Amino acid sequence: MELFTNQVLAGIATGAIYACMALAVVMIYQAIDHLNFAQGEMAMFSTFISWQLMQWGIPYWAAFVITLIFSFIAGIAIERILFKPLTKAPVLTNVAGFIALFAIINSSAGLIWDFTIKQYPTPFGSAPFLGSQLISTHQAGMIGVTVLLLLGLYFFFQYTRIGLAMRAAASVPESARLVGINTSWMIALGWGMASAIGSIAGMLIAPVVFLEPNMMGGVLIYGFAAAVLGGLTSPFGAVVGGFLVGVFENLAGTYIPGVGNELKLPIALALIISVLVVKPAGLFGRHIVKRV
Amino acid sequence: MTTLLNVKDLRAYYGQVQALHGLSFSLNEGSLTTLLGANGAGKTTTLRAICNMVRSTGAIEFDGKPLNNRSTENIVRFGIAHVPQGRGTFTNMTVEENLQLGAITRKDGAGIVSDIERMYAHFPVLKQRHTQQAGTLSGGEQQMLAVARALMLRPRLMLLDEPSFGLAPLVVRDLFGILGKINREDKVSILVVEQNAQLALELADKAYVIETGRIVMSGNAKDIANNEEIRKSYLGY
Repeated sequence: MELFTNQVLAGIATGAIYACMALAVVMIYQAIDHLNFAQGEMAMFSTFISWQLMQWGIPYWAAFVITLIFSFIAGIAIERILFKPLTKAPVLTNVAGFIALFAIINSSAGLIWDFTIKQYPTPFGSAPFLGSQLISTHQAGMIGVTVLLLLGLYFFFQYTRIGLAMRAAASVPESARLVGINTSWMIALGWGMASAIGSIAGMLIAPVVFLEPNMMGGVLIYGFAAAVLGGLTSPFGAVVGGFLVGVFENLAGTYIPGVGNELKLPIALALIISVLVVKPAGLFGRHIVKRV
Repeated sequence: MTTLLNVKDLRAYYGQVQALHGLSFSLNEGSLTTLLGANGAGKTTTLRAICNMVRSTGAIEFDGKPLNNRSTENIVRFGIAHVPQGRGTFTNMTVEENLQLGAITRKDGAGIVSDIERMYAHFPVLKQRHTQQAGTLSGGEQQMLAVARALMLRPRLMLLDEPSFGLAPLVVRDLFGILGKINREDKVSILVVEQNAQLALELADKAYVIETGRIVMSGNAKDIANNEEIRKSYLGY
């Protein structure tokens, strides 16, 4: 029983990270109808920035905040420079853009910081949480930061005018422009926020997966699985999906014979395919009916 | 009476296809003007051109200032509220959020709150349903919501694209009654595009008839309604 509880809690902790990545993916998907394949690399690069800041002697939380601001601005810059000109381009052009972005960020990180695996500090420590053997303080910290982030985002989107404007721009762009919302900047803002959310995920998971240019590859696939499971049209669903995938991944790795650590990732891919076959809109997604 | 909206030699294009062929008309401050015409005559395109949602040439002046080359979201800031065809409801948001979105460019928080109450007084059904998802409203209710959302801007000019479309005759009567009241009491100038010519002519003070992208007739709404020849050849009743 202790093994079970332990695995569930650990799953919730990594699930928090998947939830962040899924949420970042869904925010951009809602705004521009494309999946950002480079979301993980953007998060990885941000994490390197924070690491570099700490190497220069800046304390953890200061580096954390500076990285958030950097990621936010970088996200907006990427949208303005690369994806705004592609707004009306066909899907494949956009996909090529995302893959290019992926390759550019990945190689730049390798060029600047090389591909050796680096230790990344945790601000929470790795002692058992409150003396319990079930969960470490870092895992508890991951959950805590994510919950704070999600609450903050909820209030932002539900109770601020700019949050309302962003939702309007994502759901009916033409009507949003007719009430005076600059939808193009709302998309850029969405990119900035998604990038900042991704950077939080990167900084929280780095002590677990260690810092290197390919650190987010697996995490992003789990993030996609979470987003598909919850429904790409539902931010709430993406978050729930993240936690479910985290727990599912751990339980499958522990209890299904032959899965172990090596086959965890294919399980995420199998999950994506099963959801798409059985319930394409996801658990909380809306069915999108298009007139043809 | 001063001219609020002046459109001169308006030509609009969808890709290579020209939809308006040099259309000119004007609208006086405080008036309720209607554009009539058959399907495909260019009524909707005219409204879309005013808000720069379609490529066009020609002069569009609002209160003496040119509107050309301004983005749609900037034109709203002049006080022009456009209720598009199909109502443009934010269906997955609540009724109240829809009203707040109408006022998103305004900065006066207290004014917005009192205006929402004013809309509930105009349209009591919206108050009953203010926490409901707008997509669950009936067609008539959604049209009321669209008009209310436009009014939340405190517009000087309201553009309405076929408000009667798909509504039961009784609901249309109601809606047009409210539009007349808004025009008289709130001093909002209204440009309404309609296929339901009979009703629009009862309500409007001035009318233009469009055919294949050109104005073919203009005058007092009463005169046009009383002219049997025009009615038979252009308005079909």
